Formats: sequence, structure tokens, C-alpha cells
Amino acid sequence: MATTGWFGRRSKSARKIARQSVDALPDGLWTKCPKCNEILFNKELEKNFRVCGKCNYHFRLKAMERIAFTADEGSFEEFADDLRTTNPLDFPEYNAKIAKGRASSGMDESLVVGTATIDCMPVVLAVADFSFMGGSMGGVLGEKIVRGIELAIEERRPFIAFCASGGARMQEGILALMQMAKTSAAVAKIHEAGLPYIVVHTDPTTAGVHASFASIGDVIIAEPGALIGFAGERVAQQAGVINRPPNFQRADFQLDHGMVDLVTPRRELKQTLGKLLDFCHREVASGR
Amino acid sequence: MAASSNLNILDFEKPIQELDAQINAIRELADEKDEDPSAEIARLEEMRDKIMAQIFSSLTPWDKTLLARHPKRPYTLDLVRLMFEDYSELHGDRLFADDHAMVGGIGVIGGHQVVWVGQQKGRDLKDRQYRNFGSAKPEGYRKALRLMKLAEKFGRPIVCFVDTPAADCSVGSEERGISEAIARNLMEMSTLKVPVIVALIGEGGSGGAIGIAVGNRLLMLEHGIYSVIPPEGCAAILWRDPTRGADAAAALKITAKDALGLGVIDEIVPEPLGGAHRNVDETARTLKAAILRNLHELQGISGEALAEERYAKFRNMGSFFSEPELEEMES
Repeated sequence: MATTGWFGRRSKSARKIARQSVDALPDGLWTKCPKCNEILFNKELEKNFRVCGKCNYHFRLKAMERIAFTADEGSFEEFADDLRTTNPLDFPEYNAKIAKGRASSGMDESLVVGTATIDCMPVVLAVADFSFMGGSMGGVLGEKIVRGIELAIEERRPFIAFCASGGARMQEGILALMQMAKTSAAVAKIHEAGLPYIVVHTDPTTAGVHASFASIGDVIIAEPGALIGFAGERVAQQAGVINRPPNFQRADFQLDHGMVDLVTPRRELKQTLGKLLDFCHREVASGR
Repeated sequence: MAASSNLNILDFEKPIQELDAQINAIRELADEKDEDPSAEIARLEEMRDKIMAQIFSSLTPWDKTLLARHPKRPYTLDLVRLMFEDYSELHGDRLFADDHAMVGGIGVIGGHQVVWVGQQKGRDLKDRQYRNFGSAKPEGYRKALRLMKLAEKFGRPIVCFVDTPAADCSVGSEERGISEAIARNLMEMSTLKVPVIVALIGEGGSGGAIGIAVGNRLLMLEHGIYSVIPPEGCAAILWRDPTRGADAAAALKITAKDALGLGVIDEIVPEPLGGAHRNVDETARTLKAAILRNLHELQGISGEALAEERYAKFRNMGSFFSEPELEEMES
């Protein structure tokens, strides 16, 4: 398992060609859909929640874009943003990778957590960002999820987690694996407290994250087309697994097999969350 | 020993195996000639043990990986047979199937009635396939949880034996929710109101391992490994070269000593000189003593307190710091 989900999905040359053709477009005006190659006007794309109007491809979102699409305007207040990873194993090149991830993603870590309101209902919102080291789960991500849940319990707020991860962060070794137990144990606490825990699987939600807090929500929503599953393609190949069906580990596959409640298009997501919160929210809302 | 297939001998074990063969040959010859070879044998055994001590004092993390996967290493059922005064296997997850890669049941160890569960590898080719190489499927994790709930209902402690390369990642396992099965075990194990003792006896392979390893006490055999990813897989991702498993094994800090240093396990259980497979009886005796000592220590603690202690243990795992703190430290 661990961190392989997003590797090898497109060949190096395919990535290069895609990059070159996007580079050839005027800066910041247009984006090319990686699925259908349609040239999309950026303003239109934003209006469409970064979903391709032609083929319905859901672009991966930055955490802040996700928050803007999800939380009531101006309601998000981040906390635990001072947490930084150490290099507990003294793993080769890890510090450089962190520095590079920060520079390229503009994020300090692979997940942000904070308080917000959705349709005026208070929540704790955790949002992963795949652009920082593949959204991988290390000590900081684990701690942020747990602190998010602890605050949710303290203030009687529902907890909503948007997942996007290739799995546990290899560079933190066995301590990264322990985050699976740590976060799942915290989820037990939120269930004990009788508070709603809603999970959204975005592209990709795999490996250590999928096999821990991502799979034990009260309601699990998937975004259309998202890759969702336990073992990445390369891990499965090494284990000798062949004949993977064409839509294997995609959102509709997981829906067919009963592993998610809903596959919800992005433009309807906030409304769906609102509806679910309203259903679960009776006691919670009166607590505010 | 001399007749055993070379596949069962690791490279660094070869000098030991050669002396073993020599000792056996002298014994056989002496039987024929009716001589007393004990002096010669004692000399060779002393030499062998000296070499063995030397080899085993400088094992690399990769050597330990190979030892943890040693084809002669004692597996869960071997140890259960030797450690338990009495045991019965119980089968099935009540949902889909009985997973032969995950075994479990009830048993008596040192007079304690317990539930035991663990991954089971196979010894020969046919048996290995039957046991799916120790890679459990969703039904295996669900069976394990069902048995753990049985223990909780009747107030019995739980002993888990971890020995798996990874959880099964076939299409069928994905279809039946391998992730959900592991995640649910992690969540439910954190709330169990009875003592949970985990013994890592061989390979502790990532999510497949931790899926039955949320315990109050974690014991690890000296030459076991516990890793977030197999070293070869890590090498394939990091350096695009799966043959650099040895480098990855060192970088990933997967040995029992590392796990203890990182606060992931509580205790290292020493193995006999030459590794668990050289003296399975002794391995079982030492492990049994460690399990019983921990069981005694946890006896009399309330169920609530046990669950809280277990929660706190995993709550505190992980490494991070607060950036402002660092700035203060520097100024």
C-alpha cells in the first residue's frame, strides 16, 4: 500500500506533451482538460467549479479552492496551522522534498483543518491537498485530523473530511503507519459523541488514508471519476494482481460495490452536504 | 539439516549451515564406526556458535527482513500450538467466507482463557497458496474483529499475532472493501474493553499488519520487521529500482530496535541465537513468558481504563513540532 496510487498513471512522455501544450497556451487564460483535451476558458472553468464542461472531468482542487466552494464565504478559520513535520527517521532527501513541496504547492502540509459554516451550520472542516507530497499522511496530517475531531467534540460540531491522498508518507516510516490507528481511534470518539462525520473521497483517495479515517464515516460521498481504493496499480502489479476491470477503483465502481453512499457532482456537493448536515444536525445546531 | 534445500538457507547463514553439516556428518560416521566423537563435535559446535554470534551481532536491516520472511520461521499456528495449553480454532466472518490467511479462536495460555488471532503463512507451495502467503482478505479482518468482540463480550483478553507481507489487494478484496475492513478494525480495536496484547512475530507489513495491531502492549520478536511499505516497494518508488531493497530497509527503520526507539512497540522479545527458526521451542517459551507477564500487568485494570490507555498510546504517536516554538528556541 503506502504511497503509490498516483504514480505511473500517465507515462512520462504523455505528461510532457500535456505540459508543453498547456505551456503553449496564453498564460492564465486557458486550461486544457487532461481527459478530453478540450481547451477551457479559465473563467468558465472557475464558474463550473473546475469541472470540464465537455467531459465532466473533475479537476483536482487546491485545499483553498475546495474551501471556497464548500464553506460559507469568509467563514473558514484555520487552526493547528503551526504544525510542521520533523524528519523522525532522518530519511534521505526528506527535508528537501518538504521544501520542494512547499515551494510548488504553496502549502505547509498536505491538509488544512479549521472551523467553518456550511449553510450557516457550524462544522469542523479538514481538507487535503494532493499537490503537497501527494496528500500523504504523516505525523502532521494525523495530528491535524485528531485535533479537528477533538475540537468538533468539544464544540459539538460535525466533522467533514475531504480526502485526497496516495497513502501513508513513506519518509516517516512506521510512524506514518501509526497515523492510521491514531486517526481511526479518534473517529471512534466522534461516533461515541453522537456527532456526524461525513467523508468526501476526491481524486485520489487511496492506501493508508482509504484504509483508515476515510472509510468509517457516517456518510461517504465520492466525486465523479475519483480514484478510490486500497492498493495502487504498481503495488498490485508487484503482488501479481492482473485483470483489473476498466473502471476499477473509480467512484462508480465503489458505488456499485457498496463502498460509498453517493457519487455527487461537484456543483451539487455543497447542497448535498447541507442536506446531510440538516438531517444529522438537530442537537448540534442548538448547541451553538 | 544438510539435506535441506538451499532455498531454506539465507546467504549469511551458509557458514553456519556448513558447520552444521560437518557436525552431522561426523555423528553419522561415528555411529557407523562406533567411536566417541563428542570432543570433536563440541569443538565444532563451539566454533559454529562463535561464528553465529559474530554474524548475528552485525545483522543489517535487510538481513533482518530476510530473517523475518525466513521460510523456516515459526508461524502463528506453530507458536499457538507450543504456547497454549489448549486451543480451538474458530472460523468465518459470518458475512462471506473463512479466510485461511487469518486464523483465530479461543485458547488457554498460562491458565488464562483468551481469544487469539493472527495471520498465517504456509510452509510448502500448496500450503502457501492455501494461506494466500499470509495476506488476509476483508473476510479475514472481519473474522478477527468478530472474535475480538467475542472476547470483549465475555471479558477475555485478546492476543494478536502479526505476520503478513501485506493485506490482500486482489480485485475481489477491493470489491469487498479491504480498506473498510482494516479501517473498522483500527477503530473498533481502539475501544475494546479488555486487554489486547500484540506480538509481532515476523513480517509486520503495513496496513495489513496494523489491522490487528492496535493493542495495549506491543511485543516484537528480535528479528521481526514492522514497516509502512515493503523495502522493495519503497525502493521502486523512490529510486525506480526494486533491487535496492537493502538501502530502503535501512532508510525505513524497520527493525525491532528502531520500532522501540520510535515508541511504536513496548518490548523486544529476544530470539535464540541464530534466529527463531533455529530453536522454535525456545522462541515459544520466551514469547509465552513475555505475553503472560504483560497479561498479569494488565489484569485488574478496568475495561474503560484499558480502552483509554490504548487510545492515549496511539493518540501520542507521530512526530511534529509547532513552528513558533522553533522560532522561540532559535531566538
